[in-house]
Amino acid sequence: MQYIDEYRDKEKVVSLINRIKFISKKPIRIMEVCGGHTMAIQRFGIPSLLPDHIDLVSGPGCPVCVTSRAYIDQAIAYSRLPYVIITTYGDLIRVPGSSSTLDKEKATGADIRIVYSILDALTVAKQNRKKKIIFLGIGFETTSPGTAAGILKAQMAGLFNFFVYSAHKIMPPPMKALIDQGVKIDGYIGPGHVSTITGSKIFNFIPEKYGLGVVISGFEPLDILQTIYMLVLQYENNTQKVEIQYSRVVKPEGNIKAQEMLDEVFEMRDDWWRGLGTLPESGMAIRAKFEAFNAEKMIEVEVENTREDKGCICGSVLKGINKPSDCKLFGKVCTPSDPVGACMVSNEGACAAYYRYKRTDS
Amino acid sequence: MCLSIPAKIESIDGETAVCSVGGTTYTASIQMLDINDLAPGDYVLLHTGFALQKISKEEAEATLELFDEFETFNEKLDQEEIKSGQRIV
Ligand code: SF4
Repeated sequence: MQYIDEYRDKEKVVSLINRIKFISKKPIRIMEVCGGHTMAIQRFGIPSLLPDHIDLVSGPGCPVCVTSRAYIDQAIAYSRLPYVIITTYGDLIRVPGSSSTLDKEKATGADIRIVYSILDALTVAKQNRKKKIIFLGIGFETTSPGTAAGILKAQMAGLFNFFVYSAHKIMPPPMKALIDQGVKIDGYIGPGHVSTITGSKIFNFIPEKYGLGVVISGFEPLDILQTIYMLVLQYENNTQKVEIQYSRVVKPEGNIKAQEMLDEVFEMRDDWWRGLGTLPESGMAIRAKFEAFNAEKMIEVEVENTREDKGCICGSVLKGINKPSDCKLFGKVCTPSDPVGACMVSNEGACAAYYRYKRTDS
Repeated sequence: MCLSIPAKIESIDGETAVCSVGGTTYTASIQMLDINDLAPGDYVLLHTGFALQKISKEEAEATLELFDEFETFNEKLDQEEIKSGQRIV
């Protein structure tokens, strides 16, 4: 078993779709809140396989997309300091700031290095003791435990030239905010990799308080179709609850060791989300105990005034109110090679996924 | 970035494991998992250099069995369609 091909069997896809068509009577609008799902759904062309009355919309699940422009501007300002090396995941590098990108800064001489893991950033810190190494920590509960591990390792190794600039966020607050702000959805495809860490319980408030179903899904076509089947079944029978389709990886309690690491290093703070605004207790700040590794506290920098782009409707795309193809700039002014907004940069961004798989109609 | 991939553990050395995906090998930290519960041949979910969870073979098989049930259901539908001469779905 490789855990990939088994979940792409064509005949099984057809059976599942028939089963969905068989049970689905009422129109239903299902939102995915994980960029990985957005990408997989577009890649495998899932919307075109479903009956018209099952509508799939993307939500705020691409970390790069929800990150504020002010964060990018500050990262750019850091990169201009002569004694700083920026280490970052590749996704962030082309995200437009107010007047530049990390990519452009790199081209003009800033020391910016793309890393696959925070562990590689620690190696950079070890090899460059006279420089200050700043790691750009973005991502949800899937990614933040790695950052916590990195900070703990830096402390153990006495790497006091290593800093994290955290924009880590957690997933439940935007899922709550979307419903509170009146976005019409009938069920959530739950984020599989976030839930690997958090477990499924953190979503219980969604059926309990709002009566919507959440099915935590894997990322292969059969996973996603089975999840849609489970959501439709819940909706038709009025039995909305939290279920785990991705049970080969997600446990109800999640990964306790990772949760403990997160709790040791981070505390919750209010944070700003593109499209949704400031949401209470939705971001992760580095605890005072680890202040020595907190770029925001330790490295002073002057940042230009942030200016947002006119015309980009990325915010309402992230809320599922608009599809990327509703944007006037989509595919014309704004393309993956010359992105205007963050949703066109990251592979997981809805605009980039729609563009890549040429789905302007769905 | 949120991309996480199933990878096979080839060997374990303390808190790190050499894992393979297709033909490529990666060194990954397994510090977030119960190391005593891991052995070469196991699959883990890999994300930004860390193994986030061991993939459960039993659960994976259970899910695949469910898909077979869907297939059986589908065949039943087909037969009914042939019998009744009517399109059901
Ligand atoms: S297509 Fe580009 S400009 Fe339009 S919403 Fe998407 S990212 Fe923004």
